[in-house]
Amino acid sequence: MTDTTPALRLENIVKTFPGVRALDGVSFAVLPGEVHALLGENGAGKSTLMKVLGGVHQPDSGTIYIEEEPVVMTNPLEAKSKGVVFIHQELSLAEELSVAENVYLGELPRKRFGRVDWKRLHADTAAILDRLNCGFGPGAIVGELSIAKRQMVEIARALTVDAKAVIFDEPTASLTDAEKEVLFDIIRDLREQGVGIVYISHRMEEIFRISDRISVLRDGSHRGTLITAETGEDEVTRLMIGRSLDLSRNVARTAPGEVAFEVRGLSCEGLFEDVSFELRAGEVLGFYGLVGAGRTEIAETLFGLRTPRSGEIHLKGRAVTLHSPVDAIRHGISLVPESRKEQGLVLGMNCRDNITLPQVDDLTAGPFVSDGAEIAIFDQYRDRLDIKTPSWRQQVGNLSGGNQQKIVIGKWLAMRPDVLIVDEPTRGIDVGSKAEIHNLIRELAAHGYAVIVISSEMPEVLHVADRIVAMYHGRIMRTFTSDEVTEDSLVQAISGLGQDSAA
Amino acid sequence: MADVSASDGTALRSVGAFLGRHGIVVAFGLFMIGFALTNERFIDMDNILGVIRSSTILGVMALGVTFVVISGNLDLSVGSMMSFSTIVVLDLHERIGPELAIPLMFAMTMSLGALIGFLVGYLRLNSLIVTLGMLSAIHGLTLTYSGGQNMDIADQQATWFSVFGQGRVLGIPVPILMFVLLAVVLATLLAKTPFGRKVYAVGGNDVAATFSGIPRARVVFMTYIISSFCVATAGLIQASRSMGSQNTVGQGMELEVLAAVILGGASLMGGAGTVFKTVIGVLILGFIQNGLLLLGLEFYVQYVVTWIIIILAVWLDIAVKRGRLWSPIA
Repeated sequence: MTDTTPALRLENIVKTFPGVRALDGVSFAVLPGEVHALLGENGAGKSTLMKVLGGVHQPDSGTIYIEEEPVVMTNPLEAKSKGVVFIHQELSLAEELSVAENVYLGELPRKRFGRVDWKRLHADTAAILDRLNCGFGPGAIVGELSIAKRQMVEIARALTVDAKAVIFDEPTASLTDAEKEVLFDIIRDLREQGVGIVYISHRMEEIFRISDRISVLRDGSHRGTLITAETGEDEVTRLMIGRSLDLSRNVARTAPGEVAFEVRGLSCEGLFEDVSFELRAGEVLGFYGLVGAGRTEIAETLFGLRTPRSGEIHLKGRAVTLHSPVDAIRHGISLVPESRKEQGLVLGMNCRDNITLPQVDDLTAGPFVSDGAEIAIFDQYRDRLDIKTPSWRQQVGNLSGGNQQKIVIGKWLAMRPDVLIVDEPTRGIDVGSKAEIHNLIRELAAHGYAVIVISSEMPEVLHVADRIVAMYHGRIMRTFTSDEVTEDSLVQAISGLGQDSAA
Repeated sequence: MADVSASDGTALRSVGAFLGRHGIVVAFGLFMIGFALTNERFIDMDNILGVIRSSTILGVMALGVTFVVISGNLDLSVGSMMSFSTIVVLDLHERIGPELAIPLMFAMTMSLGALIGFLVGYLRLNSLIVTLGMLSAIHGLTLTYSGGQNMDIADQQATWFSVFGQGRVLGIPVPILMFVLLAVVLATLLAKTPFGRKVYAVGGNDVAATFSGIPRARVVFMTYIISSFCVATAGLIQASRSMGSQNTVGQGMELEVLAAVILGGASLMGGAGTVFKTVIGVLILGFIQNGLLLLGLEFYVQYVVTWIIIILAVWLDIAVKRGRLWSPIA
């Protein structure tokens, strides 16, 4: 870090979307030969910042400098040609082609008559692969490589240009621990070669291992840059969450009743291990963790959509086996799934039919579906959940996100379940509906429902849950009661820190 | 559609929406008027009854395929399956008489349907591949069964078997009665029962249906059982009408059936369509072919015209959904 001309510098970047100030004057700089971590909660503005950098969005004001030259990015290709390259979470490679073809995709070296210059292609690729110390050659077929090696191909692709800055966006999300080490070696090599590296991750532990400096974003603004060696998790966490966060926990809590649901030692190959917890009637249990921590997979297993390798599920003290959602529903378990459009709703069907779908067999008069019974159920849940729709005939696809989500919740409330699992109940819906759904969850608990809320949003679990299960890499790290939980301890638990205090 | 007071723009859009939903009925009406004006024989009662009667075999098959298509799958095996039913029932008639031949033929045909339903429903194989394969396999089965020979009922006076194809009740041909009866029963099944609702749900979004506790595999299986039941009925009418048959009697009908179902507005993506609209689709195909003959065009022209009409129908369907005639992305 002797060179002080930043490889990449952002100055006062402002970006607003209707109703949201996504970036509020963000400035930060990456020096050549530096790993600069970028941290922030979901919605803090990291991805907007990256989109501005990649030319996907244009900033309302502010400037991007590459080696102190002001530049304007209009698309990701232009960013790449100027030396800013992205390594994304989701890889975009042609699996049927060789490594060399992927590395130079779209810009294969040519001979006369447009024939590909294979010799040069392979020589150039081999040179880059050497630089990365890859364990495979330019002729390998990408589809036959592991995820980690494909990521190296992606990195090699980045290095075909004279990269000034390489941005890694959650690069370890799908890597094993051993593969992670290889990636870190590559990042260190790049650093030694004088490339500036931006490292985006939620995982504190990694950030403290690999980075030189840490910049924290919160609510669209830059809250500070710390030198990694001189700081600690506490300080970073404090910057990330801030003290101003409104955690109004004034919702009425009810005394939990009998144990309604108990899970012991549940494991599912490669997804989660040894998950145990109990849930009482009238209690809301929050599951908090990063995407990929195994929360959704647990919910799907409890709903009969996945078969666990081992473990037991007890409902009201009785062991049950769940082979399919039909079993789960029969035992009084309901799941409001993560993705309402893909898993929750038949968008082309009307509101009423969506709400009554799981129980249509029981709403009959003779052999026929009873219109009256169906409309009665629709009316009941429309009123209870305040669903805004002109009539039950309205196609669900035409409703707003919040109202669609209420239809899914109504569908499962109408089953009168003993255990209600809601996965990301407020993802992508407006603030008003969000508050309504939070209140509804508390209200359900007050009526004696046992509720599991899975969420990636910390304020949400803090707000609605009586106890919070913190998950990391498929394991329960710790279970907090709402009295003892703090934002710091929660962030540490889901980042894989403080493993000694695992419950 | 209470858009009476709406501005021109919304009025136009609601006309578009109406056409999008009921365009097929409107087109059918216009089409009938057009033919009737150009040819007086077209509107003749005997002609109309004749067209309907000759459409019944296609129609009965299309009723079943409607269920398959709404659940989001295809059935290209119905043509060769119908040949199979026809040959089998004629042969069994000669061996064991009509009383046993008919139920046995239904059982054999429906076990083919069960096999397809198992492969597509429970094993989740692609329905296009499975039924295309079955088209060929069943054809081979039919030829093996018959040894390649045509089947005939030797003593046509000694049996009541001809009633399904040639009989009349109250002056109405029996095949038409069977078609109407089956259409009413299946329309009720699809529109009014929990099973029908599940067919729409599975076709509309099979993941969401599964998440709602609907046994997708069983629903898909049942649609193929229904389809094969309809094929067996069609085979019965066919055999009874001609009292004899070639091995290839149903050849190519799978596409005509699919055309009728799509013309009726069932979406190939699944989740949309009704039995009533399929009946309209069948009648349109029947009257178009009849009209072309009356205009003096050669019989084989109908294949080309049918194809053009199907392409137009599919295009119109997707254009209404996109809101424009052409789009660079789906």
